Amino acid sequence: MSSRQAGGKSLFQKAWEAHTVRTMSNGQVQLFIGLHLIHEVTSPQAFGMLRDLKLKVAYPKRTFATVDHIVPTDTRVEPFADPLAQGMIDALRTACKEFGITFFDTDSGKQGIVHVIGPEQGLTQPGTTIACGDSHTSTHGAFGAIAFGIGTSQVRDVLATQTLALDPLKVRRINVNGHLAPGVYAKDVILHIIRLLGVNGGTGYAYEYGGDVFDRFSMDERMTVCNMSIEGGARAGYVNPDATTYAYLVGRPYSPKGAEWDQAVARWNACRSDADARYDDVVNIKAEDIKPTVTWGINPGQALFIDEKIPTVEGVPEGQRAGIKEALEFMQLTPGAPIKGTKVDVCFIGSCTNGRLSDLREVAKYVEGRQVAKGVKAIVVPGSQIVQQAAVEEGLDKIFRAAGFEWREAGCSMCLAMNPDKLIGEQLCASSSNRNFKGRQGSPTGRTVLMSPLMVAAAALTGKISDAREVFEVKPEPVGV
Amino acid sequence: MALEKITKIEGPAAVFRGDDVDTDRIIPARFMKCVTFDGLGEYLFHDVRFDAKGKPTGHMLDKPERKGASVLVVGNNFGCGSSREHAPQALQKFGIQAIVGGGYAEIFFGNSTTLGIPCVALAPKDLARLTEAVEKDAKLKVTVDLSAKTVNWGSEKAPLAIKDGARQALMEGQWDAIGQLLEAQGQVAKLEAALPY
Ligand code: SF4
Repeated sequence: MSSRQAGGKSLFQKAWEAHTVRTMSNGQVQLFIGLHLIHEVTSPQAFGMLRDLKLKVAYPKRTFATVDHIVPTDTRVEPFADPLAQGMIDALRTACKEFGITFFDTDSGKQGIVHVIGPEQGLTQPGTTIACGDSHTSTHGAFGAIAFGIGTSQVRDVLATQTLALDPLKVRRINVNGHLAPGVYAKDVILHIIRLLGVNGGTGYAYEYGGDVFDRFSMDERMTVCNMSIEGGARAGYVNPDATTYAYLVGRPYSPKGAEWDQAVARWNACRSDADARYDDVVNIKAEDIKPTVTWGINPGQALFIDEKIPTVEGVPEGQRAGIKEALEFMQLTPGAPIKGTKVDVCFIGSCTNGRLSDLREVAKYVEGRQVAKGVKAIVVPGSQIVQQAAVEEGLDKIFRAAGFEWREAGCSMCLAMNPDKLIGEQLCASSSNRNFKGRQGSPTGRTVLMSPLMVAAAALTGKISDAREVFEVKPEPVGV
Repeated sequence: MALEKITKIEGPAAVFRGDDVDTDRIIPARFMKCVTFDGLGEYLFHDVRFDAKGKPTGHMLDKPERKGASVLVVGNNFGCGSSREHAPQALQKFGIQAIVGGGYAEIFFGNSTTLGIPCVALAPKDLARLTEAVEKDAKLKVTVDLSAKTVNWGSEKAPLAIKDGARQALMEGQWDAIGQLLEAQGQVAKLEAALPY
C-alpha cells in the first residue's frame, strides 16, 4: 500500500500488510493467499503448467475445489451428455487426487458455485486473502476478506507458491445511508452503484461498502453487492466484519471452534477499518434514491429504474452514442419507450449473485399460489447442494414447481451457459445473474436483462418486465419500523 | 526463468472497434470447455467473426490481406468482465503479440502481461488516428516500442502509456512472475507459519 500520512488504516491496508511477503523488483507485491478456491474451468490448464514445470502444490490444505460451471442441472448421471464437460470434471478429480486437494464433488452434498460454498463451509473468513480463478471472487469480500479473481497462470502461481504478484490498490469507501424502500434489494443497490460510477469506475480500486444499509444487510445481501464489484471495474469489494458476520460463521465446518473462536473474533474485530481510516475516495449514496433497477443494454452499467424510459441515441453525449446504438440494436429495444412491459421469454433465478437460500425464500413467499405466464420458461437453480437441500426441507421446491418454475440441481447454469441451460436464438431472459454481455447466456444473439430475483419472478408471472412492487403488491412498511 | 525480453513489437495490424469489449466477446464461454489452451485461436471473437450458422461475416481479422496481423488496435476498457485467461490466450494463439487501445480492464491487463502481451494505451486523438490509418492500409506496419514509450506507424508517432511495473517486467524478461515468486519460498514459509489461520 502506498504510504499514507496520519490517519488510521482500512481493512484493505491491514490485510494487505499482514500478507505481504516482499516487494518485488518491478514494484509489485508478493502477497500470501490464505485461501485458494478452484473450479473445473480455469484450473486444468494450471495443473498442466505445474506438471510441465515439475512443481508440487505448496500448501494443498489451503486449496479447495468444486465443480460448478459445466455441471448439468437436470441430471447428475455420469457420463454427462457432453463429453467435453465430462472431460473437465474428470481432469479436476484427477488433479485433486494427484495433488492432495479437498474436492467438494457432486456426490459430497456440498458441491455448488464456488462463491456460494466458500462462505457456506466457513472457509471464507475476515481479514484473510482469497484468490480464485474466477472474477466473482469479490463475493467473499462480504466477510471482510480481500478476495481476488485471477487468471489461470496466477492459479498456477498460487498452487506452486501460495502467493501472487499484485499491484497495490486504492480504496474507495462507498456509503449507502438511510432506508431502502420495500421491494428494493441488494441487487438494486449494486446495479445503482455501477450505473453511477460506471463499469470501469473502479479501475485501480478496492471498494469498501458501508453505511446504515450495509450495517443492516444480512450476509447474503452483502455477498450480492460484493459479488458485482467486479462489474464496476473494482478489483475487489468488501464489507467490514461485524456481529452479523460472526453470527453467520459460528459453527460452520471450517470456522474456528472453542477457544480458537474467541481469539478469531478478537482478531477479526481488530482487522476492521479504523474509524479514522483514510480513503482514496469516498462516495455517498442515499438509500431512498434507489428503486428497483433493471439493465437495458449489454453491460451492467447500462441500467434504469423500472419506471424509466430506454435511452435514445440523441439523448447522450456524442462520445457515447456508438455504444448506446450498438446496445439498443442488439437488445432490439425501442429508444424512448418504457422498459416496463418488454416481453420476456426466459426467467432465470440463480447464480453466485442471487442463488442463495434467502433469495429463494423471498421469491417463494411471493409466488406461492400464482402461475408463471404461458410460454415463459422459468427456472430456479440453487447456488449449492446445501441451499438446495435447505430449500427442499422448507418446501420451497414445491412452491416453485406448483407455480410453474423448473427446479434444478446446483450450479452456475444459465448465468454463463457452459452447461446445457442456454438461451435459444434471440430469446430475452430476465435474469438474477450478474452479466448481460452479448452471448453471455449461451446464444450469440440471446438477450439478458439483469434484475433482482423478485423482479425476475414478476417477469415470469406476467411474461414481461414488470415492477415487482405492483405485481406482488409489496406494501410500504408502516412508518417507524 | 529466462524469458524473452520484450522491448519492441512490430507488425501489420488489425482493428477491433468498440468500447467495453468484454471477455465473453473475446472468447465466448461455450468455447472454454477445454483442458488446454491449444486451439483457442480459432474461436477468438467468434460471435463477431461468424454468424449464427457459422459462416464468416467478413470481419477484418479474416480478410486475406490481414493475415499475419500481430498488433490489435482496440477501444476503451478492453477485456472487461471475467478473469478468464482464455481471452488473452485466444488472442495470442491467433497471433496477436501486442494490443494498442484506450484502456484495459485490470485483470485482463495482468493476464496479458503474464503471457508477454503488452497492452498499451494511447490518448483518444492518437488512437483515432491510428485506428483510421490501420483500417485504410492493411500493409501498414505498426511498432509498439516499449523502450522509447511510443507507438509508431508510417511517418507518425504517439506516446504510449503502460504501467511502469508491467513495462519493466516485459523489458527485463520477467513478465511471468512464477520464477520470482518461487525464489521467496523460505520467506513464504515463515509468513505462513506465523499466520493465525
Ligand atoms: S454463477 Fe455465473 S458468475 Fe458466478 S461463478 Fe458461476 S458462471 Fe461465474
